[in-house]
Amino acid sequence: MNNKNKETTVNIEQVRPDAKMQSITLNAWFGSKQALKEINLTVEANAVTAIIGPSGCGKSTFIRCLNRMHELVPNARMSGQVLLDGKNIYSNETDPVQIRRRVGMVFQKPNPFPTMSIFDNVAAGLKLTGTKKGQNLDEIVKKSLQQATLWDEVKDDLKKPGTSISGGQQQRLCIARAIALQPEVILMDEPCSALDPVATAKIEELIVSLKHDYTVVIVTHNMQQAARVSDFTTFLYLGELVEYGDTRSMFENPKSEITEKYITGKFG
Amino acid sequence: MTNYILRKFKNRLFFILCAVCVVIAVIPLLSILYEVVSRGAPQLSINFITQKDADGGIGPAIQGTLILIGLTSVVGIPLGVLSGVYLAEFGNNKYAASIRTVNDVLTEFPSIVVGITAFGVVVLGIMGSYSPLAGAVALSFILIPIVARTTEESLKLVPNSVREAALALGVHKWRTTLSVVLPAAKGGLVTGTLLAIARIAGETAPLIMTVLGNAYFFQGFSSPMDALPLRIWRDSLQPYANLQAQGWGAALVLILIVLSLNIAVRMASRGRLRR
Amino acid sequence: MKKFTGDNLFKILAAAIAASAVFILIVTAYTLTTGSSLVLQRFGTSFLFGSNWNPVEGREAFGALPYVLGTLVTSGIALLIGVPLSLGIAIFLVEMAPKFLRVPIGYLVELLAAVPSVIYGLWGLFVFRYWILNYVETPLSNYLGWIPVFSGTPFGLDIFTAGIILAIMIIPTVASISKEVITAVPNSIREGAYSIGATKWEVIRHWVLSYGRSGIFGAVILGLGRAVGETMAVSMLIGNATGPAAIPTSLLRPGQTMASLIANGFLEATGPLEKSAYIGVGLILLLVSLFINVAAQVMVTRVLKVKGGAVEQ
Repeated sequence: MNNKNKETTVNIEQVRPDAKMQSITLNAWFGSKQALKEINLTVEANAVTAIIGPSGCGKSTFIRCLNRMHELVPNARMSGQVLLDGKNIYSNETDPVQIRRRVGMVFQKPNPFPTMSIFDNVAAGLKLTGTKKGQNLDEIVKKSLQQATLWDEVKDDLKKPGTSISGGQQQRLCIARAIALQPEVILMDEPCSALDPVATAKIEELIVSLKHDYTVVIVTHNMQQAARVSDFTTFLYLGELVEYGDTRSMFENPKSEITEKYITGKFG
Repeated sequence: MTNYILRKFKNRLFFILCAVCVVIAVIPLLSILYEVVSRGAPQLSINFITQKDADGGIGPAIQGTLILIGLTSVVGIPLGVLSGVYLAEFGNNKYAASIRTVNDVLTEFPSIVVGITAFGVVVLGIMGSYSPLAGAVALSFILIPIVARTTEESLKLVPNSVREAALALGVHKWRTTLSVVLPAAKGGLVTGTLLAIARIAGETAPLIMTVLGNAYFFQGFSSPMDALPLRIWRDSLQPYANLQAQGWGAALVLILIVLSLNIAVRMASRGRLRR
Repeated sequence: MKKFTGDNLFKILAAAIAASAVFILIVTAYTLTTGSSLVLQRFGTSFLFGSNWNPVEGREAFGALPYVLGTLVTSGIALLIGVPLSLGIAIFLVEMAPKFLRVPIGYLVELLAAVPSVIYGLWGLFVFRYWILNYVETPLSNYLGWIPVFSGTPFGLDIFTAGIILAIMIIPTVASISKEVITAVPNSIREGAYSIGATKWEVIRHWVLSYGRSGIFGAVILGLGRAVGETMAVSMLIGNATGPAAIPTSLLRPGQTMASLIANGFLEATGPLEKSAYIGVGLILLLVSLFINVAAQVMVTRVLKVKGGAVEQ
């Protein structure tokens, strides 16, 4: 695992001090196969940034570099920097476990803990990371479920297993679980791709509401979804960042030809 | 045309033979169950189960088996489970691969050899006498590789998404393994452990030269102790019919223990698979 | 980066505990080799090839040959009878049985493995031995007793009975692995054979079994490994012969295997030399068993992983 902090190669001008997160010349490999090439990307605070691109372009790999989940895969490595509030999360003194508490993640397929109740699922992050001391778990669970717009549907069934609810509800449960830790950033890796349109709509609404309190980065293969929920969009193609800009102008006026082709559906 | 008839006949014949094979294999099982129940049941009584040999009971044997199961489990299960945890959660390297091979080899060791080893290490060495501890050591040599293997298999069945969910919350790996993955694999762990216990409860050879056998109840860790398999063996070699009959009674008790563990496992795993 | 994090400690602790397997292996190997060093130093290769077993002081002689032969012969009988039965069962369960029968019958066969060895011995001693004696051995002795293999007056506790009980005891092992091997044979093979008009039996015999033959062979070797290590049932039914009398000359005469010798005689051993002799036999037994099982593992995993795909051992 090769995450050496290459301090010398950062161009000071590149660093945007007010951005929530920033990747600087980020490269990532699986063994000898390079998945990301020199990605320089800014993630604005309290906004939704969408990452779009065809299959295999590296979107999932990218956001997994943002919370140091990429390195958990055997033979995976990266180079470059990822800044959170201006500090490199890959520096030698930084504990990846702490980063993951500040940068939460929601996965493509809902993955509530199978042996825990709904209540315990939401509280799991707090209980298992020891951050629950002196806090009222009932309050936090309720708040998180409310923010995830799931509270009304499960408030009488909190003791039921986390897997006993529908797919869409499970995904909102996972969002509540992530929110309970009060992260600063929430990463979402195609959160709706396993859900039906009704559940998807609910979650899209939720995502837009989340940006008031959190910074959201969402990977999606659904361009219309990106257009609906995001403030900024990034287009990745074959591991490279092709274009980045605010969503509206990117969809109406893509600067790059490849972007235009992808957006208009000429390839997928 | 006749060739076809001949081939059809052979086909029929062959299948009848296969069915006969099944019948032949099942007969001994049914006979064993029948004989153990019919010869052993008349022996069963409160007296039989609770009294010592001189008073016509197999109490010491039952107690001994339970003590052995307890001692072996206390040491063997944690060691086996943690070995399995290592192999499943951290086991993507050559060290783990060699441990796996060693485990597989150990499960095939003749049990009498395990007895000799425990004899040398504990009876001659550590304790200096026949001892329940020697028996427990021998049985845990058999139990640990089995539990390690079944634990590894159960943990591998837990989908990786569960681990990722916990790690993404910023939970340490050790906490994830203990609080999220192990509970998720609980069913498989329990059934694997119960099956291993059923196996060691019936083992005789490792006990011959470790606990030796005893006509009295537990007399401390430096004395021989009885166990059901040993009692069955001794009684079967007696020339007196009433003692032989006690052997059948002991066999019935042992089979009840072993079979109920097996059936419990079977029912538990069916329930899990259905869900 | 903090080196002594909880995660690192946990990993190291778990790794160390996983090494308990190696510890067990080493302790066993050490105990057996040091324990048998006395007898091996004294008798050298004649321990392996000699047949006498005399603990009397001044005239000691220990030879393991009869018991090695006894193990091989009883295991051979077990395979001869047990393998065809197991194959028949496996074929029945995979190719023939109606769906509702598969689970119950498979379960009954598995239960055979759950019965403790000593109970097989008990049943064998009081029940099965008389079946064999009355219906097989006595007629065999009466009509074919002039053949050396069937010579001697049988009384039920002999190599033959021990071999048969071993056959029964290895059925669960051989049958379940054969079942997996046969299931792993791709359906396309069967369909190809059916499409040229073969009967079911022909498909099984000429295509399925030959496709899975190395896996089945591996299952057989594993069964052999089980038979070699089996102790209690054999010790109770084999007649407990020692010395040159234990050399297997006739199926209907008493014999002795390596495992049964130790079970029957270890506690009576007087003096360090005799005890060492028993341990020496144990060492030979372990080596034989290891060799067989390693060979089997290699064959079975190779076949199932490469050819089976769906079934991983």
